Amino acid sequence: MNHKVIDAKDVVIRFAGDSGDGMQLTGTLFADASALYGNEISTFPDYPAEIRAPQGTVSGVSGFQVHFGSEGVNTPGDFCDVLVAMNPAALKANAKWAKSTATIIVDVDSFTEALLQKAGFKTDDPVTELHIEDRNIIWAPITTLTKESLADSGLDAKSILRSKNMFTLGMCFYLFNRPLEYTYEYLEKKFGKKKPQLVAPNKKVLFDGFNYAANIQAIANTYTVAAANLPKGTYRNINGNQAVAWGLIAAAEKAGLQLFCGSYPITPATAILEELALHKNLNVKTMQAEDEIAGICTAIGAAYGGALAVTSTSGPGLSLKSEAMGLAVITELPLVIVDVQRSGPSTGIPTKTEQTDLAQALYGRNGECPVCIVAAHSPSNCFDAAFNAAKLALEHMMPVILLSEGFLGNGSEPWRIPSMKDYPAIKPPVINSCEGAFKPFERDPKTFVRSWAIPGKAGLEHRVGGLEKNPAGTISSDPENHAYMVAQRAAKVAALADFIPELKVEGEQQGDLLLVGWGGTFGHLYTAAKQLQAEGRKVSLAHFDYINPLPKNTAEVFKRFRKIMVCELNSGQFADWLRARLPEFKYLQYNKVQGQPFIVTEVVEAAKAVL
Amino acid sequence: MKYTAQDFKSNQEVRWCPGCGDHAVLAALQRALPSVSETLDLPKEKFVVVSGIGCSSRLPYYMDTFGFHGIHGRATALSTGLKVARPELCVWQACGDGDALAIGGNHFIHAIRRNVDLNIILFNNQIYGLTKGQYSPTSKFGAITKTSPYGTVENPFTPGQLVIGARGTFFARGLDVDMKTNQEIFLAAALHKGTSVCEMLTNCMIFNDGAHAAISAREVRADRTITLRDGEKMVFGANGDKGIVLENGALKAVTIGADGYTMDDILVHHADTRDTFMHSMLIDMKDDLPVALGVIRNVEDSTYDQNVEKQLQEVTAAAKIHSVDELLHSGSTWEVK
Repeated sequence: MNHKVIDAKDVVIRFAGDSGDGMQLTGTLFADASALYGNEISTFPDYPAEIRAPQGTVSGVSGFQVHFGSEGVNTPGDFCDVLVAMNPAALKANAKWAKSTATIIVDVDSFTEALLQKAGFKTDDPVTELHIEDRNIIWAPITTLTKESLADSGLDAKSILRSKNMFTLGMCFYLFNRPLEYTYEYLEKKFGKKKPQLVAPNKKVLFDGFNYAANIQAIANTYTVAAANLPKGTYRNINGNQAVAWGLIAAAEKAGLQLFCGSYPITPATAILEELALHKNLNVKTMQAEDEIAGICTAIGAAYGGALAVTSTSGPGLSLKSEAMGLAVITELPLVIVDVQRSGPSTGIPTKTEQTDLAQALYGRNGECPVCIVAAHSPSNCFDAAFNAAKLALEHMMPVILLSEGFLGNGSEPWRIPSMKDYPAIKPPVINSCEGAFKPFERDPKTFVRSWAIPGKAGLEHRVGGLEKNPAGTISSDPENHAYMVAQRAAKVAALADFIPELKVEGEQQGDLLLVGWGGTFGHLYTAAKQLQAEGRKVSLAHFDYINPLPKNTAEVFKRFRKIMVCELNSGQFADWLRARLPEFKYLQYNKVQGQPFIVTEVVEAAKAVL
Repeated sequence: MKYTAQDFKSNQEVRWCPGCGDHAVLAALQRALPSVSETLDLPKEKFVVVSGIGCSSRLPYYMDTFGFHGIHGRATALSTGLKVARPELCVWQACGDGDALAIGGNHFIHAIRRNVDLNIILFNNQIYGLTKGQYSPTSKFGAITKTSPYGTVENPFTPGQLVIGARGTFFARGLDVDMKTNQEIFLAAALHKGTSVCEMLTNCMIFNDGAHAAISAREVRADRTITLRDGEKMVFGANGDKGIVLENGALKAVTIGADGYTMDDILVHHADTRDTFMHSMLIDMKDDLPVALGVIRNVEDSTYDQNVEKQLQEVTAAAKIHSVDELLHSGSTWEVK
């Protein structure tokens, strides 16, 4: 067989195995090495809700996809060029994601009769059953070779078996001409101090995997993927949940406030609380509350006390926090509520991504209860989105919901590290003294923002609460006053339109079709728009980072396109919001509610169908 | 600065029903706070009163302090967050039996478990008043209310036992009408570091009149209650001739000088005993035993809010990262030139 080295612009590799096979780590290490090599990368983990789902079954398959390249990497990729399948179930669950030209690496040792049966294959010929005869399948005895590689390592049998993912990683590094040094460094850092006996065996098995791949004749093609032409600077990898946490810490630092986070663990948002708990050294206090309601209520208490208060959750938790959000609205206290959306309703599919909480974020409270809604559009953008959400909350004295998604929270990408000096100051309307009695709900006539009187300041003693008040802060059930206060609170949210950026159009400023999106679908929609533009179609993208209020120029942008198609991972919640706000336009829809991100080609096809 | 009770009264009209037990509790609190302020050297602006929902939760509006009237059941979570963010504040909480023990039961036990330095005034009138007369988690078995027209078929909580069960460090009980003892209770609660639960047995004139009459009525009170004081003999009775003894592993009320009992047999109250055995029995006294009032349990332990603060200081002192810029550059990074 002739060996060919292919120059590729971008490549998608998918690692799949049993949920105990270490595929998340393998994928992360591969992504890190690619990022350090200088590629653009985008990753997405696809794992079951169970920590150790039944071994060998399709439902227990854990996957991790890495898209890397020299340009055009805006999503984790749709279909993969290389699929690693550690067992029959992984092959069965993921074969559909392998391109017709894909290379598939399988651990042939796991293709036993028992495991084939467990995976639901009817015959001992999975290739025919899956119709993947034309793929380049490399049947590698990974388990056997890992055992051989580590026979003299002194490790116990279980630890040896656990190392087969490193063997696989070594094979993949050969496939893409990647240096092993980055991973060596990781192993030294990870085990060097605590378990030094693991460093050498892991390095060895990685190295042996690399050499095995180099020596066998089965691998016809290897790839070189050039470094990306990225703007100069210092880069790091960051996932969305980490970026949210860091953005909030950054906002607290800018505002000169303590950050307080009251939260309750919930997939896929837990990592935000975990990350914040790590950084107490930056004036962060975290509380793992007894439930979701206590999470938000401790945060509201802290907000009353003068902290930048935050609660993080996912859809079911947002439901539980509804009443307390109303309390934050009526007391007009700053609060950031982060919702990392997952598939619903109820428990739904907790580890899968969706955009189905938008209606809940917009409407899910009793009474007239508008809140500001900000959406993050990529893993690294979660930093700016969280910073901006906190800035709006603090400067405008209101709760702000930041919508993230499982896809963003768990997905990662390289990020050019910004400098905090380039971020704006945050100046909450803190009041230190006043003439006469403090009137908590007197407001700035333009922004409708009230002053923040923090306990501890003499002469500013006042009471807030869930009962309707008049501007002086006295309880009032007067009909006119209630109508007035309802209108004032709504006007305050509407007035934010003067403080948020205008809507940008990606592509031509007018044309036949405007794709409209929000949140984590940005990468897919952007790539789809670019593809359509490359084919000569007059298609552009308008992606919303702010949902309530809408950017001021929204109607002006919509006017310039013959058709508008709102694309979202729900049944049309944003489209409905736009219909209510801007009923003069007709909104076509492209929706998907499968717990999965868009696939670029399906968006492209949907766009062509309406052009 | 020296304050009087008047300084803690807001200009708001008090809207509880005439004769409601809450009036006396409010007055006792307003009278106690000047001594609290003086003893702890805290100016008035450091006081915050938080509440939930219910009749008693209106209390913050009547106090000329910072105040937060929350939502049903969540007072404890609100005050926990406030105290953790601002440990230097003196945080008081007003809540009812329905508010703290039904809808807010979870927050109540967890605040106690953590030992957040809060002063919780638990108004226990054994009824839902603001919703006009439904049974609460402290209503007696068989209580006839609007939602139990044939009597309840469920047992009530004893709030003090919840405190003990949740590893509580402070529990006191007072009768609404006994303002003097209640002032002592509030001062002790404020001085205690940790969650201080002060159960106030209050009377609801409208929906549960006389709920505590069997012990609070003037003519029976001295014989049906005992006011415990740390380090003092457990003596009670109109003539001061009754006392509590421990016999066969149980408490017993005896008459001093009768049946061979002398003052030497009478127990001494130790509120600061860490072991819960005696406190638990004192909390449970009823029927043949007088209902215990005063500070029943008052033991020292570290508080959650201080532990959070301490950890923050320790982590900060040991940390290499002190700014967001440093954080962003920590861990693996690479240069693109």
